[in-house]
Amino acid sequence: MKTSISKAIGQALHEEMVRDENVFILGEDMGVMGNVFGITRGFRDEFGAKRVIDTPISESGFTGIAVGAAMRGLRPVVEWMYDDFITVCLDPVMNQAAKLRYMTGGQITIPVVFRAPIGAGRRNAGQHSQCLEALFTHIPGLKVVCPSTAADAKGLLKAAIRDDDPVVFLEHKLLYAKQEEIPDGEYIIPLGKADVKRPGKDVTIITWSRQVYFALEAAQTLAAEGIDAEVLDLRTLVPLDWDAVRESVCKTHNVVIVEEGVKRGGVGAELSAQITEDLFDELDAPVGRVAGMNVVSPFSPVLEDAEFPHPEDIVAGVKKTLGR
Amino acid sequence: MKKGAEKCDAQWYLEAYTRMVRIRDFETKAADCFTKSELAGNIHLYMGEEASGVGTCLALKDTDYITSTHRGHGHCIAKGAKTDKMMAELFGKETGYCKGRGGSMHIVDVQKGILGANGIVAGGIALAAGSAMASQYKGEDSVTVAFFGDAASNQGVFHETVNMAATWKLPIVFLIENNQYGVSTEIHRVTNTDTMAVRAQAYNIPGVTVDGTDVEVVYHAVSEAVARARKGDGPSIVETMVYRYQGHYCGDPAVYRPKEYLAEGKSKDPIDKAKKKMLKMGIKESEIDAIDAKIAQEIEGAYQFAKNSPDPDPAAVIDYMYSSDNERSVLR
Repeated sequence: MKTSISKAIGQALHEEMVRDENVFILGEDMGVMGNVFGITRGFRDEFGAKRVIDTPISESGFTGIAVGAAMRGLRPVVEWMYDDFITVCLDPVMNQAAKLRYMTGGQITIPVVFRAPIGAGRRNAGQHSQCLEALFTHIPGLKVVCPSTAADAKGLLKAAIRDDDPVVFLEHKLLYAKQEEIPDGEYIIPLGKADVKRPGKDVTIITWSRQVYFALEAAQTLAAEGIDAEVLDLRTLVPLDWDAVRESVCKTHNVVIVEEGVKRGGVGAELSAQITEDLFDELDAPVGRVAGMNVVSPFSPVLEDAEFPHPEDIVAGVKKTLGR
Repeated sequence: MKKGAEKCDAQWYLEAYTRMVRIRDFETKAADCFTKSELAGNIHLYMGEEASGVGTCLALKDTDYITSTHRGHGHCIAKGAKTDKMMAELFGKETGYCKGRGGSMHIVDVQKGILGANGIVAGGIALAAGSAMASQYKGEDSVTVAFFGDAASNQGVFHETVNMAATWKLPIVFLIENNQYGVSTEIHRVTNTDTMAVRAQAYNIPGVTVDGTDVEVVYHAVSEAVARARKGDGPSIVETMVYRYQGHYCGDPAVYRPKEYLAEGKSKDPIDKAKKKMLKMGIKESEIDAIDAKIAQEIEGAYQFAKNSPDPDPAAVIDYMYSSDNERSVLR
């Protein structure tokens, strides 16, 4: 069945709320409005105001409330309207949710999911366009999921809601409307499993979220030039599917990591270091990176498109790594 | 509610006194260990504020919840935490409440409804409201008390949380312990109201300021707020005026406050005050002395337990990070 990614996410939320009455959702404009992207339209009528909570614009407060409710055994799914807003509610995420299981010697678990749209390309300028997954992967105690397809988004969100750890679930805004096939019926995709979206033998493009599509487009262009690229969609950044990374690198011996977020201190930097440390002998060339510039997301469409990677940048990056 | 609580009779006072002395002795011992470098890190002492924590927790049931602060020893003991497991945690031992992963600022005993002390000033306020939301959601009649200080009530999350709790009628009591100092800064240098409780008006909820050195006064004020919360009528603010005998942390000479502050505080010492009341009620001094001796023995036992307990295994440093997929989530 074909469905949009936003609908697939809505289905995951709906199925989990039907399955488990401890699951509830809260955030700004989730209820009466049904979320700014329409993901939870109709939920309030079906599940009631108790389980579909319209919060005031108080991210720090309602994120903390969700963490406290999770400490008591509920399974809240929080929505931040944009991941950029993490700046006003980082304490309950970083110092509370991420740390309390460890700091209490395992007495407390925090089964909370933080959902947020990410990404540039909607001409929303610097405070509504960031990809902040690197910030979240830097915080021990969080799991971080960045799906690219409708099928993955649904299966991974269901896994995230059932997980007993805090999970940051990042959805690219420009993927919401994409219509894709998803499996019929109920299914789960476990966290921490990467997916080869295109097999290839000459180079591994490691990426996630929207850049998966750009990498696939780049792979087609490269194929016409005789370069067979494998596209590995990580899907989950923490826990990282290192087995899948190693397997692919040992097959192609060339790696290019593609991410939309800024290059400095990015997830790609970390991955590049790990591959270089542990798989150096497998590499025919230094690990390449194609990433967002260390620049604020600009408003002007011309400027914004220059800031983050597009398929032609990936093609160029792969050729550079391969010396072609 | 404890037996005889309505009128705070002799039996009630014996319990209140026991808990206050337990806090005072625990901290006296902890401070001594800290001074002798037996403890690592830092501790923030609650000494002088005992009536606030004990009066509050005596107004709660075992099934009620609290969140606490960096100055949390007193709240945890008042709510029933075991002093041996607490002392072991201060010593960073495997037998401590948090297996040595948390320390003094992070005592938690979920079974006792202690959802955690917290190292972030105001960090527990929203968590407490989340606990209250869980009670409401599950249809339980439990109440949560958020302990925090005067300075924490100047954090933005205080406003956000009280507003939501009031709007949603969450079963919570915001318990502000006003010791008049945020680390070194006297509260009126950074706040434009005489009391913190006056802010309740802004949220259309009750707010009272009471003498936090009198355990009975605190008990009655909190009981009223708890009853309101339990009935489903929503939150209240209770502000207890207290004195922090020590500096911000153990060893802080507190040069930033006038000598009169401490003298005034000690003249209203909550334990002395309770003892005077108890003698007046006809409780024998020997009975009170027996409590002192029993607690002294308990605390010495807690110290021996902590000192003789094993350290955590360094090979287990990653344990308890994640509920599932722990090794993979930590190592990559």
